[in-house]
Order: sequence, then structure tokens, then C-alpha cells
Amino acid sequence: MKHITLQLETLTCPSCMAKIDGMMKKTEGVVKAEVLFNSSRVKAEIDESIVSTAQVKQRIEALGYKVLGEK
Amino acid sequence: MHKTSTLIMATVLVVASFFLHRLYGYISVTIAVMLASTALAGYPVVRKAIGALRYRIVGIEVLVSVATIGAVIIGEYWEAAAVTYLFLFGGYLEAKTLEKTRSSIKALLNLAPETARIVKNGKEEVVDPKSVVQGDRVIVKPGERIAVDGTVEDGLAYVNQSTVTGESLPVERQAGQQVFAGTVVESGYLIVEAEKVGDQTTFARILELVEEAQDAKAKTQKFLERFSQYYTPGIMVLSLVLFLFTRDIRLSLTLLVIACPGALVISAPVSIVAGIGNGAKKGILVKGGDVMERLGTVRAIAFDKTGTVTKGEPEVVFLQAFDIDRDELLGIAASGETYAEHPIAKAIVGYASERLAQDIRIPEETNPIPGKGVVFVLGGKTYLLGNRALFADHTVSLEIHEPAIRAEEELARTVVIVGSTERVLGFFAIADTVRPQAKELLKALKKIGIRHVVMLTGDNERTARAIAGQLGFDSYRASLLPQDKVSALKELQAEYGTVAMVGDGVNDAPALATADLGIAIGGAGSDVAMETADVIVMSSHLSMLTHAVGLSRATVRNMKQNIVFAILVAVILLAGVLVRTVDLSFGMLVHEFSVLLVIINAIRLMGYGKNTKL
Repeated sequence: MKHITLQLETLTCPSCMAKIDGMMKKTEGVVKAEVLFNSSRVKAEIDESIVSTAQVKQRIEALGYKVLGEK
Repeated sequence: MHKTSTLIMATVLVVASFFLHRLYGYISVTIAVMLASTALAGYPVVRKAIGALRYRIVGIEVLVSVATIGAVIIGEYWEAAAVTYLFLFGGYLEAKTLEKTRSSIKALLNLAPETARIVKNGKEEVVDPKSVVQGDRVIVKPGERIAVDGTVEDGLAYVNQSTVTGESLPVERQAGQQVFAGTVVESGYLIVEAEKVGDQTTFARILELVEEAQDAKAKTQKFLERFSQYYTPGIMVLSLVLFLFTRDIRLSLTLLVIACPGALVISAPVSIVAGIGNGAKKGILVKGGDVMERLGTVRAIAFDKTGTVTKGEPEVVFLQAFDIDRDELLGIAASGETYAEHPIAKAIVGYASERLAQDIRIPEETNPIPGKGVVFVLGGKTYLLGNRALFADHTVSLEIHEPAIRAEEELARTVVIVGSTERVLGFFAIADTVRPQAKELLKALKKIGIRHVVMLTGDNERTARAIAGQLGFDSYRASLLPQDKVSALKELQAEYGTVAMVGDGVNDAPALATADLGIAIGGAGSDVAMETADVIVMSSHLSMLTHAVGLSRATVRNMKQNIVFAILVAVILLAGVLVRTVDLSFGMLVHEFSVLLVIINAIRLMGYGKNTKL
């Protein structure tokens, strides 16, 4: 189990939260996920044997939100 | 294409469509312009919708896309143009206004030092603050930001510490004094020995806390999230049922689009980020929305005495020796206190080193007894230093000195008795000065509805009574050991409900943790305080406490206004759609407008405490 925090580009629409959150919860290997609206971050707990940080990043980017970095 | 230019072109097209529609109705030119406008404004929406659909997520973009395509198919070109345009424009305004609610915190982040000037091999060198290590000597010139936490080695300067303490007046700093990273040297120069660097500095810790805090959810917010968990699917089912019964695709689509709870979702976070930003600017860190909620409902406040209502830098004001040379007594006492961190110990050691020619001797053995004092061995002899309880434990009689000791205590001075295992050798009277704003603070707290203010102290009854009376506390508890403070708080909680504890975080960490709300005053530089407390007032200005309580109430009020408003708009729109008075584009207009109003309401919080009352 690994904790990751990803810094996204500034989230400005209320629906972004729901979308990213929904995607994360549907991603296999993501045990827990939280979208932090004000700081524009995604905090998650992932099972690395199923999904990698890079894959999570990729999925967020595919949704249309740039991932600026990992904390 | 760039967002702004897309928006400008879309605006031109949508305005043209509006007039063409009015003047000529649906002729081919009008339809062409409308379709162009729809395509331009709708393109980013559809793209996002497809992105979301790939993960089988039905977001608002999907709904808007479906509604738009549907409108084009049934020939409602104006609806299609208007809906996509409003969605785009609304999103643009929301982004702009949201930026404002976050601006205070962002401004804070931008104040992090970017360079550091260090002395290396006798030469000055400008480096990245992250590469500075402990022990480096950092030179700071006028106008520059100090890059590390450390002690001034040389130089004299006026330092503006507002980024850390919230105090706008510069303070004088010279050799031996502490300075913080992120503060600015206004005039003069300093050579600072780096003690904490990079992520360890107080400023970096503040940034981290604030970043965490802005997303720490309030209870109300958690309730909202549960609510929307059922709300969105509920609306989807409702639209489907509606379609099955009425076979009216437009009505069902309108319902879907209108029902997206945009304003509701951001109602709480925007208030919280604005409130926390307001506090951070003034040197008050509130650790999140739930803390805001609790702080607003506090009914009783307990204050730690030393370091909180008093300056915590007591001084020896009187020394009495019994059949022993004063300097000898002073030397013995100072030895016993050499290792102690308590402010009273520091006062005695400080007093002694100013007056004694020789160095303070190191005791062979020291045995501190919490809440009582210390027993130590010096030159083969055992000495006692502390309060009455310590002497009672060792059955050393105080009786003949009682009147003299009591006389000092009546003056709200702490008496530290020194003795051998046989007799009392003398005593010190130590006084701590009360903070100037303490009295006004208590009055102000009463005014804003705090029912009970109590002072907790490890000092004896008389000292406590004198200070509590002088400042106007409702009650006081004296002679408390650290664990007694915890039980005193529990009693207060039983009697008054939500109880806050205000302390300096040095020796009251357990109490800060026990209280419903721990407030640390003068938290700058104290890691324990920043870790344990829920609210941290960086400066030692007690008056900031009233601002903190007021701000939290204003924030909670603001959040509730937003929630009520958002729910109200959702309900009215829903009803409007169902009775067919609200169509797609009008519904979208109201929806986007309500989101904006919620954000603008939150922005008002940023000005709280300037002069207006919310």
C-alpha cells in the first residue's frame, strides 16, 4: 500500500471534483482516494501490485487535468 | 485556441445570433451563426465529456453535450448556442472568482524565500535556500528575505515578521536573538547562523499547515457530500421516470442539466478557503473547516497562565537568605536549576549569572519532581529547591518563615524555597508580568458571548487569585500538575460544553490536546504547539484571539448561507423545470449565476475584520 499525493493544475470547476473522484474510485488498485478542491490535489492510497503512480497520473491526465507533480 | 479568445469569439457569435434570431428568425444565416457559436463554445465541453465517458463517468459536460446535440437535432439552434455559451462563460467567471478566494493563501506561498546569501570559504555566495545546511552563516541585506530560522550572530536590523507572526510593525533584531525564514529585513543587515532550514523552518511548517487546512472538511461539508451521493443518482432516476411518462426528451434533459449541484458542491469549500486565508494573513492558522465550526461554538475558554496571560519571562524580584551568605545561596540555587527548562528556573539562573563572579557549579545529581521542584546534590550535600509540597515531602519545617513567604505570595509572586535536608536556607520571590492586552481580551471575549473564562495554573492559590482577580477571570484553578489541567478541562466540558484551551504549547500540550479546541498563542517557533493545537496564533498578541473566534463564526455563517442558498436554488429550479416554466438556457443561466453568487459571498469573508461586520 502506498500513499500518493498528486498536485494538479488549479481546479476551478465544481464538477471536476466529482469526475476525478469517480474515476479514481473506479480504478482498480486505488484503495482510497480524495480530491482536495482548494489545494487542487489528489490524495490516494494505491496497491502498487495492481496500479502504479504513473498509471494513476495518466488516467487523471486522460480525464483532462494536468498533473504538475508528485509530493 | 486560448480560453479567453475562444470566449470573446463565442460572445460575438452568440450576441449576433441573438439579434439575427430576433430580427429575421430562423433563416439560413442565423442558423449558420448559431451553429458556429455552438461548435466554438461546445467543443471544449464535448472533449471533456468524451474524456469522462471513457471512464464511464457521467459528469455535467456529458449532460450539457447530450442536451446540446439534442437541441440541434430538434432544430432548437438558439437553445444550443445559448446553453453552450452560458456553460463556457459561467465556467470562466467561476475560475476567475475562485482564484480570488484562494488568493490570500497563494500570496503566502509566494513569500517563500527564493535565494540565500551564505558565507562559504570566506566569500559570499548566493544559493538556493534548499541547499543551505544547519550551521551555515547566512547574510541578509536590506529588502531581502531571511532564508532560514536561526540566531543572529552579528549585525542589527529591523525585521518585518508579518509573514510569520502577522505583526506589521518591524521588530529590532540583534546578536543572540531569533529570526524566522520568510521574514524581511527592512533596514540594517544580519548575519544569521542557520538552525532550521528548508522544510524545517517555521514558515515552511505554516505553509504546510495552511495547505492541509484548506481542505480539511467541516462536519456540514461531510453531510453535504452524503447528501449529494444520493441526490445526483436520484435526479437521474427522476429524469428517466419523467421521460417514460411524458416522452418529453427536452424536459428530461433540462432536468438533468439543471440538477447538477455545482453551487452546493463548492458552497462549503469556498467559504473555508476564504476564512483560512483571512486568518493566515493575520498570523492565525486554523486547521480546517471542522476547527472553524468548533471554534465558533466555544462556550468556555481556559487559559494557561504562564506564557499565555503573562509574558512567561518571570524575574527574580526579591531574595531572602536565612543565616547564609546571599551569594552562596544564589550559587546553590542556580546549580540546582541549571538543567531545568522551566521559565522560573531560567529566571534564577539568569539572576545568578548576572550577579555572581564565578561560574555556576554543575550539581553531581539532580532529580526533578514534577509540580514540586528539584532535589539535587552539590558538593556532597543534598539540597531542596521548590514549593511547600517539596519541603513537606522531606519533612523540613517552613513554619517560622511562613509569614515572610506568605507576604510575597500576597503580591502574586511565586516563592521558590531553597533548603538543605535540615532547614530552610532562603527563598526567591519571582514575578511574571501580565501581558498588556490580557484584560481587554477577557472583556472582548465576554462581549462576543463566551460564558466562562478560567485560568489554569501550576502556581499556588494566592498567586493565582491575585492575577485572576486583577484581570477579571470568572474563576481560576491553582496548584495544578499537568495531568490536573486535563481533568480540570474535563470538568469544564461537562459543565459548559465546548471548551477551548489557550496555551503557549510548551508544557500544556496534553491540555491543548484534551480540550475540544487547543489554541496555541505565540506559536511561531514552537513545533509542539503547531503540532498539537487546532488553532495557532503565531504572534503573542492575545487580541488576535477575538479575531479568531469572530472569524470562525463568520466563516461558519458564510458557509451556511451558501448551503441554504444553493439548496434553495436547486429546489426552485427543479420545481420550475417540472412545471415547465424553466427551459434549458434559462435554467443554465440561473445555475451558473448561483455558483457565482456562492463564490462572491465567500469572497466577502476575506475582508472580515477590516472594518465591516459580517
